[in-house]
Amino acid sequence: MMTFSTILAQAVTGTSSQDIPFSPPLLSLIVFAPIIGGLILLIFPKLDTVLARILGLFFSLSTLVMGTGAAIIVLELFGTAPIIKTAKFMSPYKLVENGEIVSSLGINYHLGIDGISILLVLLTGIIAPMCLLASWKIKKANLFNALMLLTQGAALGVFLTLNFFHWFIFWELSLFPVFFLIKIWGGPNATRAAYQFVIYTLGGSAFMLLSFAAIYAATGQLGFNILPSYVGIEGSLNEKLAAFGSTVPMLVFWGILVGLAVKVPLFPLHTWLPITYAEAPVGVSMFLTAILSKMGVYAVHRILWPIFPEQLKTASPYLIWLALAGIVLGAYAAMRQTDLKRMIAYSSINHLNYCLLAVFAAFGATHATQAAADAAFSGTLLQMFNHGLSAAALFFCIGVLEDRSGVRGLNDFGGVRKVAPVFAALCGISMFSSLGLPGLNGFVSEFLIFRGVFELMPWAAVIACLGLLGTAIFLLNFWQKVFHGPIKNNTSKITDLSPREILVLGPVVILMFVIGIWPQFIINLFKAKLDLGH
Amino acid sequence: MPSSIDILWFIPALPLLAAFIGAISTQRMRSVASGSALSAMAVSFGLSCIALKDALAAPGVHQVNNFSWVSVGTFNLQLGFLLDPLTAFMLVMVTFVGFLIFLFSTGYMKGDENYAKFFCYLSLFAAAMLGILVSNSLLLTFICWEVVGLASYLLIGFWFFKPEAAAAAKKAFITTRIGDLGFLIGLIWLHSISGTQLFYNNGEGFLETINLVEATAPALFAISAIGILLFCGAIGKSGQFPLHVWLPDAMEGPTPVSALIHAATMVAAGVFLMARVFPLLEFGSALTVVAYIGAITALLGAVIAVAQNDIKRILAFSTVSQLGYMMLAIGVGVWEAAIFHLLTHAFFKALLFLGAGSVIHAAHHEQDIRALGGLAPRMKITFATFSIGMMALAGVPFLFSGFWSKEAILHGAHTWSVSHIPFYIGLVAVVLTAFYMTRLMANVFFGKPRSHAVEHAHENNWVMTLPLTLLAICAILLGFLGTPAFPWLQAKLLGKDLSGALEFGKIFEGPGLMITSIVLVALGLGIGWAIYGFRKRERFGDADPLEKRFPGLWSALEHRLYFDELYAATILKTNSLLASFSDWLDRWIVDGAVQLVSKLGTLLGFINRDIDEQCLNAGFNETAEEIRGIGNTYSKAQSGDVHGYLRVMAWGFVAIVILVSIALNI
Repeated sequence: MMTFSTILAQAVTGTSSQDIPFSPPLLSLIVFAPIIGGLILLIFPKLDTVLARILGLFFSLSTLVMGTGAAIIVLELFGTAPIIKTAKFMSPYKLVENGEIVSSLGINYHLGIDGISILLVLLTGIIAPMCLLASWKIKKANLFNALMLLTQGAALGVFLTLNFFHWFIFWELSLFPVFFLIKIWGGPNATRAAYQFVIYTLGGSAFMLLSFAAIYAATGQLGFNILPSYVGIEGSLNEKLAAFGSTVPMLVFWGILVGLAVKVPLFPLHTWLPITYAEAPVGVSMFLTAILSKMGVYAVHRILWPIFPEQLKTASPYLIWLALAGIVLGAYAAMRQTDLKRMIAYSSINHLNYCLLAVFAAFGATHATQAAADAAFSGTLLQMFNHGLSAAALFFCIGVLEDRSGVRGLNDFGGVRKVAPVFAALCGISMFSSLGLPGLNGFVSEFLIFRGVFELMPWAAVIACLGLLGTAIFLLNFWQKVFHGPIKNNTSKITDLSPREILVLGPVVILMFVIGIWPQFIINLFKAKLDLGH
Repeated sequence: MPSSIDILWFIPALPLLAAFIGAISTQRMRSVASGSALSAMAVSFGLSCIALKDALAAPGVHQVNNFSWVSVGTFNLQLGFLLDPLTAFMLVMVTFVGFLIFLFSTGYMKGDENYAKFFCYLSLFAAAMLGILVSNSLLLTFICWEVVGLASYLLIGFWFFKPEAAAAAKKAFITTRIGDLGFLIGLIWLHSISGTQLFYNNGEGFLETINLVEATAPALFAISAIGILLFCGAIGKSGQFPLHVWLPDAMEGPTPVSALIHAATMVAAGVFLMARVFPLLEFGSALTVVAYIGAITALLGAVIAVAQNDIKRILAFSTVSQLGYMMLAIGVGVWEAAIFHLLTHAFFKALLFLGAGSVIHAAHHEQDIRALGGLAPRMKITFATFSIGMMALAGVPFLFSGFWSKEAILHGAHTWSVSHIPFYIGLVAVVLTAFYMTRLMANVFFGKPRSHAVEHAHENNWVMTLPLTLLAICAILLGFLGTPAFPWLQAKLLGKDLSGALEFGKIFEGPGLMITSIVLVALGLGIGWAIYGFRKRERFGDADPLEKRFPGLWSALEHRLYFDELYAATILKTNSLLASFSDWLDRWIVDGAVQLVSKLGTLLGFINRDIDEQCLNAGFNETAEEIRGIGNTYSKAQSGDVHGYLRVMAWGFVAIVILVSIALNI
């Protein structure tokens, strides 16, 4: 039966084979539309502010529109094309665009999409316009929107590129707009935060670059789709790297790990995060936590375990302690924060480390059943999406408080629920989503992760429970102090949400319910990937 | 006509819809909110009755309707609905009691500015509670379980501008969540080893396959541990020792909430869960733990209730104690008696709370029994119905339902082969229950009014007295469903059809035991009346007669045996220390190390520059002058204007894009 989506899929992909560039190049459009938008705004700085805002929103929304199109096509391709399980190294990527740039160096312009990237493209499509809407009244809006669009494009580039060369360019490119965004629009310590953010991340990336230089020297390859095929076969990556010295394979692995760990962040490489999130303007904090932190987890899935499964297996029993430290210390440190943005920042550390916990448990377990690994991996992917929604929503809510009263301390408010009931309701739903209340999205991913991890490493799941408890304690404490109790001075300045603000929070809150009640709808996006086996 | 199992999901879905309507209703549409809540409950009650009829037709059958919720790779999670007599009896009870309490609330909450929200939360609660009952999946039970917790949180904190209410709501949520984490681990563990968390699935549900498990040591250990972990959830929700501390504080919520959630239904969910997974508990050694925890709770609640002065707190501790009885019954293996007591308790405790609500409403929110008094002639219906509830709770023989269900539990405990300790504890609690309820009656309804508001109290209107009357009738009649002469309820619960007619000869089964407990009830009532009835309290400030005699003991009981203080000094302190430690570690050790590295870097740069300037630069200065000239030209490019920089970057980017396009031939 020809459905609309099949027709669309055929129209876009034609009948050509998967590795020839298509017209139109949908993925390139996804990546470059926001970048082009950003460039237009940069090149014409005198543009009318209202027009600049609308243009910014338009280009920002392009990701959601085209991403949904890509999702439909991918679902259709995975759904109709029979997948042969024995073809272990068959490319799982769809809508591939591949063109050689410097063929002698193995540098290809290579884009492709699979279940993991489609999830993050859609998340970016949802969050990016939300960030612009949240910063609607910001000063120097033209420049702000331009930089946000560039960041968005860079993040999309990271999620869709399959060649390390370009991937790394996008990875680094995301830093610079963010640097200016924090420095120009940030709080009183913005300069220090911006420098710390950039230097920390650059430092991590340097290790990663060195590692890839070594990989390239050993194999002559930079493609994410090709490198996994070097695992476990004759003349494998490990042996080639070991030719440089017996410790090199492990060093290369650690180099890449450090680069990713800073981004996620993994304990103890996380200290840039609280100050950065706290000092950044609200729209940027939202984007940082929802999208940029996902780049690290994404790279774990795209690079770390496909290329270095053996090293990951060796290191996981130790790394899992770092993930646990992030989970427990993140939740408990959040309890002591009086700056609400720092509190949510620590809660992000806690939430993202559940993702790493699942990956490390899957690789570190001495005996693993397929069902447990599937639960853990799908939990990780879903958790990325869910954390993006709930953390962005919570940062936005803190922004609402700060915007109206000029302060954002835990003890500055009281009784907000009385003066702003709609705001309280939407913020409360976001809070319970972050807390993992069943019926909302966060529960599903945390359940899958705990279910997987418990079977793989029971004690790790039990320790991680402390994180669940800690999260409940500090979030309810926040709620009690800010929203309940008698009305305090600052609270009288709080007015309820404007229609624009409801437009920001409303769709996200609806999504929280939809995913919480019917998670399969989002799982279907990456289900095919896991059905294939790892 | 569709069979009951196919329409079973309507029973929780209707109140959920009502909750949604309540959520979007404004204050002006208040009657829409309460109207939809009431009609949803009424229809659900009707459907529950149909379901009960259907379930009773074949009591041994577990009708199920399962579906897939999450499926990825080789991993599957299924949810489902279940209809059997246990579900059906509970459904009828919850919808009926719920409806009456909703009706009562329309009067009690009439003046509240968040009237619509109140019905929204009540309906949300009802939906989740009914969800627990119809669930055929431990996961669905857990989901609804947590939503029930949320509804309870919202309702305890309904008057959120009161700091005590806000604190009590948080305490309830977090205390129960501690238990729920045990539940979660138990659920996950069960799913890991059995591959399913469905109760029944045509021979493949875990309650059905449990009998096939070989009783090896590891299997016994794992299943006992899972049983105890699931019991942790029940400990939290049902206010069992040692997590009972939240329940008395929960009385900060409006009184109908206390009646519905914190007495009749939600707190009984733990007992229901234990009854549901009874085959699992039976397999391992979890039941012994359940029996002892239940016995301790039964005694603890009753002892503390003696020295409370807030009418709602006395009832709250009485709930703790009665829930302990139910757990005790589960533990000694007579889960059908536990459910019997759960059902009778739901009616008479709801009755007592609504009676208390009626008193509080009439006395302008006075709830201290020392300030009440002399209400019997002023509020005749409330007094009459409250007395029925009190006698049912105290276990006054023959006429009142509480007597029969308590008798069934004591009978079960008496025949428990492991130990007789829970049985004796149960007997002690019988005396105490009769005693503290007599104290409550004497103080509230007799003597003379001890405050101005009470003197002018008068009976409430029909929306409040009608529920009282109906509940009072049930508090009497319900007992006759399960007398030893005709244990119809228990038989149906166990999946049997009761053959034969009434056996009047059996009504006094175990006469020794029955006579003992009747004597104990009489003893409790007698001592209570002797102390509080003959010489009634004169003034608000008078010390309690027992307080004069045993000041130390009294003070300890009044402070609820210092459990809150103990937890504050141990668990909360540890928690707070862990938080401080995490923060300290982050600020000083981890970030400190980072700052140290950066300082070292700066220092290194400084030394480097110094060396450069002192040694190397000297010779270069002249050259530098020339370079400076060139530099000046270039420095114009470095205008310091961010916009300028970025514009150049933008053009550079355009160039890259063009290059890439050329490379791709597009």
